[in-house]
Amino acid sequence: MSDATRVSSGQIGRSLPRVEARAKVTGAAEYIHNLRLPGMLYGKICRSTVPHGRILRIDASAAAAIPGVHRIVTAEDIRTVIAEPYYGPAFHDQPILAEGKVRHVGEPVAVVLATDPHIAEEAAQAIVVEYAPLPAVFDEIEAMNSAAIVHDILKPAGTFPDLKHLAGRSGTNVALDFHLRRGDTERAFAAAEHIFEHSFRTQQVMHTPLEPHVSLADAADGGVTIHSATQTPSFVRIEIARLLGWPENRVRVKTAFLGGGFGAKVYVKLEALAVALSLLARRPVKLALTMEEQFFTISKHASTFRIKSAVDGHGHITARQCQVFYNGGAYADIGPRVAQKSGFTATGPYDIPNVAIDSYEIYTNRPPAGALRGFGVPQLVWAYESHTDLIARALGRDPVEFRRRNLLRDGAPQATGTVMRDAAISAVLDRLAARLAWDQPFDRGAGTLKRGRGLAIGFKASISPTTSVATVAIAADGSCILYCGTVDMGQGSTTAMAQIAAEALGIEAEAVRVVAPDTDVTPYDMGTLGSRSLFHMGNAVRLAAQDARDKLAALAAETGVPPGANLPISEQFRRKYGMQAGTIVGAGSYIPAYAPPDSATGLTPNATPFWMVGGAGAEVEIDTETGRVRVLRLVNVADAGTPINPGIVETQLTGAAIMQLGFTLFEEMQFTDGQLRNPSLAEYKIPGIRDMPDRIEAETVDSAQQSGPYGAKGVGETGTFAVSPAIANAIEDAVGVRISELPITAEAVYRALRRAAGDQLEDL
Amino acid sequence: MTAPRTIHFTLNGAAVAATVMPHQSLVELLRERFDLFGARESCGQGLCGCCTVLVDGRAVSSCLYLAAFVDGAGVTTVEHLAADGDLDPVQEAFIETGAFQCGFCTPGFVLMTKQLLDEIPDPSDDDIRHYLSGNLCRCGAYPEIVAAVKLAARRQRGA
Repeated sequence: MSDATRVSSGQIGRSLPRVEARAKVTGAAEYIHNLRLPGMLYGKICRSTVPHGRILRIDASAAAAIPGVHRIVTAEDIRTVIAEPYYGPAFHDQPILAEGKVRHVGEPVAVVLATDPHIAEEAAQAIVVEYAPLPAVFDEIEAMNSAAIVHDILKPAGTFPDLKHLAGRSGTNVALDFHLRRGDTERAFAAAEHIFEHSFRTQQVMHTPLEPHVSLADAADGGVTIHSATQTPSFVRIEIARLLGWPENRVRVKTAFLGGGFGAKVYVKLEALAVALSLLARRPVKLALTMEEQFFTISKHASTFRIKSAVDGHGHITARQCQVFYNGGAYADIGPRVAQKSGFTATGPYDIPNVAIDSYEIYTNRPPAGALRGFGVPQLVWAYESHTDLIARALGRDPVEFRRRNLLRDGAPQATGTVMRDAAISAVLDRLAARLAWDQPFDRGAGTLKRGRGLAIGFKASISPTTSVATVAIAADGSCILYCGTVDMGQGSTTAMAQIAAEALGIEAEAVRVVAPDTDVTPYDMGTLGSRSLFHMGNAVRLAAQDARDKLAALAAETGVPPGANLPISEQFRRKYGMQAGTIVGAGSYIPAYAPPDSATGLTPNATPFWMVGGAGAEVEIDTETGRVRVLRLVNVADAGTPINPGIVETQLTGAAIMQLGFTLFEEMQFTDGQLRNPSLAEYKIPGIRDMPDRIEAETVDSAQQSGPYGAKGVGETGTFAVSPAIANAIEDAVGVRISELPITAEAVYRALRRAAGDQLEDL
Repeated sequence: MTAPRTIHFTLNGAAVAATVMPHQSLVELLRERFDLFGARESCGQGLCGCCTVLVDGRAVSSCLYLAAFVDGAGVTTVEHLAADGDLDPVQEAFIETGAFQCGFCTPGFVLMTKQLLDEIPDPSDDDIRHYLSGNLCRCGAYPEIVAAVKLAARRQRGA
C-alpha cells in the first residue's frame, strides 16, 4: 500500500481534547512528583552560600547527629561510585557535588539522606561549610576580560564534533565563540547612506515549572532505574551510562506527565546525583526540589546584543553586524549550542547581503543558564526587532512597509547561506498587519493615558541534526499501541502523536494508546526540546505507522483477504495464528539532512530542517504619571505549518505569549554580589490571571512544511519570539521613549519619560 | 518536632482519623496517609494554588494549612468531584474548552472555580479574575480557563 493510495481518516486538523484530559481534571494524572518507592530515602541538598570560593572545610558532625539522618554525602563519597563525576550536554564541566570550589550561590555541596524529608532538611541546614572567597564575575561583558576565571580549563564533551577544538583552553570565560561572515560588511558600511547602532539587554529569568525538578533513583542488581521529570529520557540514559561506565541497557529512565518543562528539565539535572546517592545508600533515593531551589538549578540567559545596520537610500538594509553575549552562568549546560544554533539567526528574518555575526557563550558566577522556550532566540528578536523599528522611525518609514521591503522570502539565502523554504515570513507579517488594522487610524488615548501599537516578527531554526525513533504495535484484536519517547509536558504531544499514527493507519486517534517514555520500552529520541518533537518524532511515528500498515496489508494478502474486502484485522490475525495471537510491529526512524557550518565562515547550505516564524502585535496604554504599561491587546500570528490539532496549537501560542509577557514586563532574577534576592514566587512574580491582556488572540497562517508529518512543524516556542519587542515598539509609539533593557517595569518607563522630559530621576 | 496527635475529620464524605505531627501540612497528610495526589505542593508559600482543597467548603492552600487544624472539619479534594464516575460540570467545561496544558495546577483551578460558582452563579470577568488570582498556571491557559468558568456557569444555571 503506497502513501498515494491511502484514504485520510480525518485525524489531521482535528481539535481533539487532550487524550489525558480526564486524568488531568480529576487529579489522577501521573507525575513523578507523586512517586514513592518502598524503602525510599529523601535527599536534601546543602547549597553554596558564596558565588565563587574554595571549599576549606565541610563539618557535618552536627547534622549527622540528628536522629533519623541516614547519611551525609559529599563529593568525596560521590567519587567512590562515579570515578569522574562531571556531566553536561556540551561540556563535562558540572560536578555532581561541588569539588574543591563552588562557582555560584546555590550550587550543591553536600546531601543529607533521611527517611523523613523534614529531618533531611533540618540536617542539611546544620551542615557547616567554610569557604575562602575567590574573585567573582557576574556580568557577561565584564566576564569577557575578567581576572576572575570561572573554570580553569574548558572541558567540552565529545558529543559535538564542532566543540572539540575548545578542549584544553584556559584562562578564559568564553565557553564558545561562534562567528559567521557572508558578503563584505566593511564595504557595505563604507557605502551606506545611513548607519544605525544600538545595544540591547535581557535579564536572567527562570522557567518556573509548577512541578519542581524531581528525580528518584533505584540502584539494584547491577542496574539502575531512574524515575525523573525529564524532557530527555534517552539523553539521561546515555549520560548516566557514561558516568557509570555501564552499557545503556543497565540504565532505565522512566518519566510520566511533566508539570511543565519549558527547557528546565532537559539533559541531566538531578539524575546523576540521585543515582550516586542510591548507589551509596543501596536504597531508592528521591530528590525533590523546592520552588526556591529551582532558581539555583537552571535559568534563561541574560544577554547583551550590540547590533549595527547599514541602510541605503531606498530603505534597504545592506549590511548588519551582530555581537551577541549570552551570560551562561557557572556551568555551560546547553549554552554553547544556544550561542551557535540561535546565534546564526541574529540578523533576523531579513534579506541582508552582507552580514557578520559574533556570538559568545560566557561563564559567570551566576546560577547556570540553559534553554528556555526559544533557545536564545527571544533574546535576539528583542534586539533586532527593537533595532528594526528604531531604523524605520529614524527614516520616517512605516514599520510594516520597512519590514516588508527587507523581508527574507522563500528562495532567498538566510545569513548562513541556507536557502529559505517553507517559511511563511511574509504571510505572518501580512496577517499581523491585517489583524491590527495597521492601515487604519488608531485611538491614541487621552490625558495621562497614552496609547500606542507596535509589532515585531522573529524566526528560529530547528536544532539539527537530531534523531527520533518510534514503534507501533498492532495487537491481535486490532488495537494499537504507540511507543515513542516524546515527553508530554503540557504541549499535547501524546494527543498529536496519536493523531499522526491514527491518520497513517486509517483509524481514530482515540483508538491509539500512547505509552509513557521508558527507555526500556520506548526507542531512542533525542529529546523533547526546541519544538523539535512534532516534526522529528511526528515523522518517525508516521513512518512506524506506515510500516505497520504495510505489514497489515501483507497479512491480509497472506490470509487471502481480497483487496477492498472489509475483513476485521482481528479476523486476519485469527486466520494466520489460529487464535487471538501475534503482534505486528512497525518501526520508524527519522533524521533529517543537515550540513554543519563551515568552521571559518559559519556558512552552510543546510542549517536546519525547518523554520519557525512568529509575529506579535501589541496595543498598549501607558500611564504617564506612573509609567505603568497595560497591554490592551496581544496578537500572535505564527507559521506552524499545517496544524495537526488546531485547538492545541492555539493554546500553545497564547500560552507562550503569556509566559513571554512575564519575561517582558516583570520577571527578573535580581542579584546583589551574586546573591539572588528573590528566589520565591512571593518576590519573583510570574503572570497570573490578572496579568492577562484584555484581548489575546492567536492565528496560524495557511502553510505547509513539505518535509513535516502531514505538513506540520513545531510550534511550542513560536509564540514567545516577538512579544517583547512588539511591546517596546508600542510603548515608543505611545509615549516616544525607547526601552532597551528587559524587563519593562513601570519604573523603567517612568524613568525614561522623565529623562525624555529633561528631568532625570536620580539612580538608586 | 514534638508529639503527634490524633485528629478526626470528614474526608470526601467519609469519617476518617489520622495521627499527625504538629508541623505536618494538610497537603502532606492527604498525599502520604490517604494517597490523594490531586493537591500538589509547588511554591510552598500559598501563592500558586496548586495545593488548593476545600475545608468546610472554603478553598485553602493546603501547603500552609496545618493538618492538625482540620480536626472536626470537612475536607473535600478534587478526587471527590467525580467520585461516582461522572465528571463535575466544572471538570467537563475545563476539558471542552482546553483549559489546561500540563495539568499540574488544574485541580486547584477546578476547586477554586467550584467555590466561585457556589457563591456567584453568574460571575463577571472581574469576578473570575478576582477568584482565580491566587491560582497560577505557568502554561498560560488563562484565556481558556476564563472560557471554562463561563461555560460551567452557563450550564449550572441551565442557561
